[in-house]
Amino acid sequence: MTSPSTPIVEIRNLFKSYLRSSQRVPVLEDITLDVADGEFLALMGPSGSGKSTLLNLIAGIDHPDSGLLRVGGVEVSALSEGELAAWRAAHVGFIFQFYNLIPVLTAFENVELPLLLTPLSRKERHEHVALALRLVSLEDRMDHRPGQLSGGQQQRVAIARALITDPTILVADEPTGDLDRESAEEVLGLMDRLNREFGKTVIMVTHDPRAAEKARVIRHLEKGLLNHVPA
Amino acid sequence: MFLLKLILRNALRHKLRSALTVVGIAVAILAFGLLRTLIGAWYLGVEASAANRLVTRNAISLVFSLPLSYKDRIKQVDGVEKISLGNWFGGIYIDRKNFFPNFAVETVSYLDLYPEFVLSAQEKSAFLRDRRGAVAGAKLAERFGWQVGDQVTLQGTIFPGNWEFVLRGIYRGLRANTDQSQFFFHWDYLNETMKKTAPRRADQVGFYMIGLAHPEQAAQASAAIDGLFKNSLAETLTETEKAFQLSFVSMSGAIITAIRIVSIVVIVIIMVVAANTMAMTARERIAEYATLKTLGFDARHIAGAVFGESLLIALTGGVLGLLLTYPAAAEIGRRLAQFIPVFRVPPETIWLDLAAAAAVGVVAGIFPSWRGATINIAEGLRRIG
Amino acid sequence: MIPLYYSLRNLWTRRLTTALTVVGMALVVFVFAATLMLVEGLQQTLVDTGSPENMVLIRKGSETEVQSGIDRDAAAILASQPEVAIGGDGQPLFARESVVLINLAKRGSDEEANVIIRGIGPASLALRPQVRLVEGRMPRPGAAEIVAGASIARRFRGAALGESVRFGMRDWQVVGVFDAGATGFSSEIWGDVDQLMQAFRRPVYSSVVFRLRDPGAFAGYKERIETDPRLTVVAKREIQFYADQSAAMGTFLRILGTTLTLIFSVGAVIGAMITMYAAVAGRITEIGILRSLGFGRGSILLAFVAESLLLGLLGGLAGLFFASFMQLITISTMNWQTFAELAFGFSLTFGIALKCLAFALVMGLSGGLLPALRAARMNLVEALRAA
Repeated sequence: MTSPSTPIVEIRNLFKSYLRSSQRVPVLEDITLDVADGEFLALMGPSGSGKSTLLNLIAGIDHPDSGLLRVGGVEVSALSEGELAAWRAAHVGFIFQFYNLIPVLTAFENVELPLLLTPLSRKERHEHVALALRLVSLEDRMDHRPGQLSGGQQQRVAIARALITDPTILVADEPTGDLDRESAEEVLGLMDRLNREFGKTVIMVTHDPRAAEKARVIRHLEKGLLNHVPA
Repeated sequence: MFLLKLILRNALRHKLRSALTVVGIAVAILAFGLLRTLIGAWYLGVEASAANRLVTRNAISLVFSLPLSYKDRIKQVDGVEKISLGNWFGGIYIDRKNFFPNFAVETVSYLDLYPEFVLSAQEKSAFLRDRRGAVAGAKLAERFGWQVGDQVTLQGTIFPGNWEFVLRGIYRGLRANTDQSQFFFHWDYLNETMKKTAPRRADQVGFYMIGLAHPEQAAQASAAIDGLFKNSLAETLTETEKAFQLSFVSMSGAIITAIRIVSIVVIVIIMVVAANTMAMTARERIAEYATLKTLGFDARHIAGAVFGESLLIALTGGVLGLLLTYPAAAEIGRRLAQFIPVFRVPPETIWLDLAAAAAVGVVAGIFPSWRGATINIAEGLRRIG
Repeated sequence: MIPLYYSLRNLWTRRLTTALTVVGMALVVFVFAATLMLVEGLQQTLVDTGSPENMVLIRKGSETEVQSGIDRDAAAILASQPEVAIGGDGQPLFARESVVLINLAKRGSDEEANVIIRGIGPASLALRPQVRLVEGRMPRPGAAEIVAGASIARRFRGAALGESVRFGMRDWQVVGVFDAGATGFSSEIWGDVDQLMQAFRRPVYSSVVFRLRDPGAFAGYKERIETDPRLTVVAKREIQFYADQSAAMGTFLRILGTTLTLIFSVGAVIGAMITMYAAVAGRITEIGILRSLGFGRGSILLAFVAESLLLGLLGGLAGLFFASFMQLITISTMNWQTFAELAFGFSLTFGIALKCLAFALVMGLSGGLLPALRAARMNLVEALRAA
């Protein structure tokens, strides 16, 4: 099911290691991976396999030691800290396991957050946010703070926030990891819809096989190495 | 706009903690303001002194007097326009705890030299007519509930005996910094009594007050006066009123320095407390900072949010402390009236207070903003899991 | 019972917060200790200045020797009283003294201060056993010579051995320096009483000092002398006389010090409270686990109280440690009652150390009690759910 067109994510010979109490621990070794535009990819693997690290690298919140990483034609590994921030704001939508909403802001304000970095007017921002919240069926909860929402609702707010800037790729790190079965289904259904209806490229890290089922491609990471398993 | 909203909501997030910090800072700023006011009170005499007034006293020390005959000789000195004289009387009113400065002065010339002591024409003439008359400052009269016409008895320490006076006037200060806690009476009354009881102590003057036509003549006139009496039995020391007052301040220099240091220490203490609070707050929000960074906000936004919160809390505390300073100073001024004649918050205290509060906010914000701004996103996010 | 090392280790884990809180408390304890030490130093100085068996007589109505005057006839009457002790040399231990202030400039600055200059008689030195000549010799009667107290010789221009000071139209040679320990005499200059009275044109003495033959005779002597119609004097024990002179200064320092300490401690208690509240908030799960392991509310309360007491103790010890160095510093300032320069130090006593530690513990406790109560009251189920 690989697409013949230019991949949206191109990874070549990527290496990443961490310093753990003055010892270098390799996390990713010689990763090469292409993700096609409009793909829904699930990265699976046991804890410590490096799947989250790979996701962070793709999302531009961490730097590789060596290798090539190109997303949407931009060589992410070559960007400076400041350029990365601007790039992330424009091209990446991030969905976290623990939602990571700002507790003091309402659902509406949380979703609006990334738009504050764009030149959009107040009115335009409000229209966008309203649309995104309608998409995740939370328009009636927009004045609630995260503390007043259930886990599933919070994750849907986080998805709306990830969508709001119309990013190139959506990355999700264990998006259902902290949710009950029913909420997880809702969230996965939403992601599936985003992929199918809106053609969003989704890269999801999970170790939940039921979550991975929704993906169209599954890749396994084991001890920093990638195994190709077609879905 | 968004930043302001975030700062405000974050500041209100831990209401108890923020309230405690605000109170702590308010208390520190209050203490700082009061200590500054206390230091200012010391310098009151210096501040209130006029540039065209000189004081001549015995060169050995204030304990020694000068002959009355010097008056006419000083008058001849170039630039001397007015001259008055007096003695520190050092009398005790009922109990020595009731301390206030009391002087015997040559009345007419003294009131002429001190236009800042304002007496009504009626009270002034009543005072001048009565040989045993006395005048007290408004604050002093208020302290002891004296009315014009009351009899006031002072027990002499330097000049033995009980001295009875009739209060003929209550003066008000022309300016806010005029000392309204003094008491003075006719030098002639003192001198006549001395002539009878201790003739060797008669015609002795504690100090001469000199009014110059032009303040710029001060150095020249001082030298001329002291030159007149060089190598005599009673050499003189003449200096401007300001220098004279300053010499008293400098004698308590060690205590003033200590108070100054303490006023800085109180700010340092509250800096430590506030820095601790902000560090704690930032540590709890590391994941949020990481999230904001993931969304594309950069170090400046995060530092701005932390600094803003720190400054908001510090300045709220500062303003609260400043507002408390005025009633507190009024209360202290009332209670310590016998030690401190004028306890008035100097206007620059407002700026010093706000500057101190801002400094607390900035210092408390430095470390957490740096932490928040430089946080590694991957690290920061991991903390929640 | 939760072991103490649980509290200790928690403090250690949050090192930065702990350190900042301790520093805040240490500063408060430092100010508290320094004030107490200063008042103590002042009192010791002025109390040590007097000897219990000595009497001082000054003119009725005056408060200090400088204000006082006792004429020669009165001094002669006082010298002939039977209560006056006789010294080893067969002479009465009785001194007529003259005390005035002179302005002297400090070394290395143009600042001037009032220094006490005391005219002494032959018995003066014997009456003050705490005064010891450390350099040179005592002034010869009839010569324009003076000896300076160690604290004056060090700090004032012209007051060291071999130098000279000019006043009363004469130059006065400094022929000796005496050390009177931490007493007011160390801040005085002494010279021959007759020479000084002549120079200052003073016909009367300031005070007389003598030793009581029988210390028990004080009350009777005082009663008789103060009612003697030929005399207008008051008699005080020398100890009382000097203690009275420190009253105003001591009161001022004490009021200032306690007010400041109170204000400061509010800041420190708030600091401790913030720290402890955060400690509780950050350990909700942990508290839940401890509770589910069977530790009671009392144990949780105790563990958190112990933690805040430890904070207070650390702050107290650190503050005291730094305050103890203040003993190396000497403060010299004007005593408002005598208008004269007086040097005194900071004095750390066991009592002050205890007070400071108690104060620090109270600060820690008042900062930690409310948060500890919150920790102890926490609902077990909710605490665990917060995980």
